[in-house]
Amino acid sequence: METVFLGFVLMLSIFLGFELISKVPATLHTPLMSGANAISGITVVGAITLAGGELAGWATALAALAVFFATVNVVGGYMVTDRMLAMFKKKDEPEARS
Amino acid sequence: MSEELIGAAYIVSAILFIFGLKLLGSPATAVRGNQLSALGMLVAVVVTLGSHEIIDYRWIGVAAVLGAIVGVVSAQRVAMTGMPEMVALFNGSGGLASLLVGWAALDMSGGTGEGDPQSAFTVVTVLLSILIGGVTFSGSIVAWGKLSETIPSGAIRFPGQQIVSLAMLVATIGCGVAMVAQPEVWTGTLIYVVIALSVLLGVMAVIPIGGADMPVVISLLNSYSGLAACAAGLAINNTILIVAGALVGAAGIILTNIMCKAMNRSLSNVLFSGFTAAKAAT
Repeated sequence: METVFLGFVLMLSIFLGFELISKVPATLHTPLMSGANAISGITVVGAITLAGGELAGWATALAALAVFFATVNVVGGYMVTDRMLAMFKKKDEPEARS
Repeated sequence: MSEELIGAAYIVSAILFIFGLKLLGSPATAVRGNQLSALGMLVAVVVTLGSHEIIDYRWIGVAAVLGAIVGVVSAQRVAMTGMPEMVALFNGSGGLASLLVGWAALDMSGGTGEGDPQSAFTVVTVLLSILIGGVTFSGSIVAWGKLSETIPSGAIRFPGQQIVSLAMLVATIGCGVAMVAQPEVWTGTLIYVVIALSVLLGVMAVIPIGGADMPVVISLLNSYSGLAACAAGLAINNTILIVAGALVGAAGIILTNIMCKAMNRSLSNVLFSGFTAAKAAT
């Protein structure tokens, strides 16, 4: 039953993801990619539950490493996206990069 | 914090991610979209820290502080022209994290954790998060290397490349089948083989693609890192990982497609460009 429920959640999320992105102006391609990348750092939540739980020593160490890398992804990802968007706003003209 | 409260907070953060992605798609609202999605992440992390499952904060604290420092410093130092490279590195970091979560989750079923000891479902989802996470990690590193010209940015090919890649993929699947069939016998040893093959597969997938196509490749790898997080979520039974990972996975595919269209090419044209060029040359 649990597996079926997770399957439904998975399927609906995928369809929603497909529908969310439609016409995106070329200037926003890189910021959108970067913003989505920051969201994929959600794996930090999984890493936290494992690193703080009562797993064996080696698994806790792996999970702690995962917390580190996922935090780099999340924090860096959101900040880099913000910087890109700030530049985009000020100059108010398309980026030089294709 | 009770399970129900955490679940409710996860729903809130999923809604914030959805609106965040939506708003990121148009110039007027993009800044707010990014902030909303960051808020969603904050909500998810804070309630997870409040979960009663977490009994020891030392490792989490050290790792999170170090990770935040690295993230902030690299995000601030990078030049505007170096943004795609930076995104590739962050993406690789996320992929590696999903790989590690999958790997660590193996202990949940085999060790003191509840649930079926190494059920087929857990083993399969762990393998998927390791495979996709590993490909994302090494593929992103190669993409970064090509963009920053740390490695030659041209397409790198050798005879029989596709056959070698295919053989490695088949070997990975073979290891997976053995691990599902007899987890007690094979998991301990074959897991290292799967990790090594996954990382190699990512390299093999990206080296035959030229440097100019790297933005599209990074976008595709970004989609993969979402799927890796999603697989990790299935392995450890965490809904927000599944939802956010699947959102990014699907949105990333669509964005990749849009980027290809902007270049007047198809996705398969980009992914196999190195090989068709080789055929045309011979």
